[in-house]
Amino acid sequence: MSDTANIHLDTNESTSRGSTRPEDRATKIRLEHVEKRYPGTKQPAVASLSLDILEGEILVLVGPSGCGKSTTLRLINRMIEPTGGRIFLDEEDVTKANPDKLRRRIGYVIQQIGLFPHQTIAQNIATVPKMLKWDKKKIAERSDQLLSVVGLDPEVYRDRYPKELSGGQAQRVGVARALGADPEIMLMDEPFGAIDPITRDRLQNEFLRVQAEIRKTIVFVTHDIDEAIKMGDRIAILGEQSVIRQVDTPERILAFPVDEFVRDFIGEGSTLKGLHFETVREDVQLDPYPTMHLTDRPAEARARAQEAQTDWVLLLDGDEHPIRWVPVSELDSGNDVTAESGTEVLAKVSIGATLFEALEQMLISEAAVSPVVREDGSFYGVVRLTHLNKAIRRARLEAREHYEQLETT
Amino acid sequence: MDGIISWFDYISGRPDEILADTWDHAKITLTVVIAATIFSVLLGVYAQRRPTVRALSLSITGIFLTIPSLALFAIFIPIVGIGNTPAMLALFLYALLPILRNTVTGLDSVPPAVVESAKGMGMSTMSQLFQIRIPLAWPIIMAGIRISSLITVGIAAIAVLVGGDGLGTYIQSGLTRLGLPNSLESVWTGVVFTVVLGLVLDLVWATFQRVTTTKGQRM
Repeated sequence: MSDTANIHLDTNESTSRGSTRPEDRATKIRLEHVEKRYPGTKQPAVASLSLDILEGEILVLVGPSGCGKSTTLRLINRMIEPTGGRIFLDEEDVTKANPDKLRRRIGYVIQQIGLFPHQTIAQNIATVPKMLKWDKKKIAERSDQLLSVVGLDPEVYRDRYPKELSGGQAQRVGVARALGADPEIMLMDEPFGAIDPITRDRLQNEFLRVQAEIRKTIVFVTHDIDEAIKMGDRIAILGEQSVIRQVDTPERILAFPVDEFVRDFIGEGSTLKGLHFETVREDVQLDPYPTMHLTDRPAEARARAQEAQTDWVLLLDGDEHPIRWVPVSELDSGNDVTAESGTEVLAKVSIGATLFEALEQMLISEAAVSPVVREDGSFYGVVRLTHLNKAIRRARLEAREHYEQLETT
Repeated sequence: MDGIISWFDYISGRPDEILADTWDHAKITLTVVIAATIFSVLLGVYAQRRPTVRALSLSITGIFLTIPSLALFAIFIPIVGIGNTPAMLALFLYALLPILRNTVTGLDSVPPAVVESAKGMGMSTMSQLFQIRIPLAWPIIMAGIRISSLITVGIAAIAVLVGGDGLGTYIQSGLTRLGLPNSLESVWTGVVFTVVLGLVLDLVWATFQRVTTTKGQRM
């Protein structure tokens, strides 16, 4: 029955988000040999940085502390004036534009949030719209809408003051305020850095969900490679003086770190992290696994297990849902198989899950394989260790070929 | 007991006169404090991020406060003559330090992240000052204004010695007639009404502070 489940282990890039391939998107921000040199220092803080940031992507700047990633971010909205090079937004040179007007076009979120304590939440969110002289009604509607977007009930929060908020709520308002006048670009400097891990995880997920709708061009700074991998459509790994060591999709960086510095920085477990980017899909070959129903005779199931060389048989209920792992020894005992035989199937993944989740389930599964179920819960096939191995090796190969191609062209 | 009764007799005999003098005293105080506030806040804003100006202006206004009041009042007589003017000039110098120091401290206490985010959203330097930095420093500036106001009310009683008005007249005339009828009553009138005026003015400032700050800034 389940012998011919066709499930696909997808190894194409950006399946989890970012439906368009990065190459097809227009450049939104272009940095051309941007440099920042502080007077009286020999080495520039940022040395000749050139980088294209594509429309609608989250580009993460990540690197060890002191590498100049924050400085680089602040050069874009000219909170720090570059001492060399040029900055373009939509092909418009803004290196010499009025900085206040420039900043009103760019959302800015910082780790310390910096809400105005003497203003209500609604007034905080209205900061940029007010400077742009929107009318009152439009501003009020906009701030209510933004509060809903970041998951805060406007009725409850609009007239509160920042001190009445928790850290996580305050950063939600910080994000809403940065989105105030609907800027096309957002700069985020470790926005979730000061928030406890559980709340941070939730904020990251919610932010990705919001971003999937609003599709802003975002430059995101973090020192945490895991956050970079999670948030980034592309990641730029920066070394000393903001020199770009590698810039690419997280999956390619994980599969093919270009040098020792990058390999060190992404650290242990990069292969495991790479599994986050491979998913269990419906159209590739998955391994079959011997299954049986309560109505089947144990001997038939025993024969199937022997044929497949497994020690277990997966018991399915009337709806084809996997319910129990039945060991071969129990089939041999001559007793009838019941809904109490063997052990309960606790670990399973759905189609669309990442291979990382599949691996986790595999590790706790009785039969050391991860059963895959369809949306309705019915059995589809199993993921084995060999699948993960193949997927990772294929990703590595593709990444290497990609870089070899880059070198030859 | 007799003293208190005779004091009540004394003040109930001349309520209009006392109220008029209290009002004069209040006018001198308010004029001085308002002028000192404008000057000190402007200077404080200018000096806060300029270390030299900051150190200099704080030391100089500090020195003013140590000059004995009688002398400081008299210094201005050759320049501006006698009357309320030399008194108000001297009081002005006394009122500077608390407001200046609190302005600087208040601006220091504004969280850098708040200013950073204001700037990052494209607020001009002036907007940052008037919409963010001064409003956030305001409770601390107000505390300075209230201290200055109390100092000024007290010292303003000496104005009478350089020909000025105010409640000091009761103290001076009482002291010069000491032992004669109503002399002590006169001194007490000056003292009590000065203290009461000080408390009333403080209450006025407290109310003013309340209406000029938002709920977000209160404890």
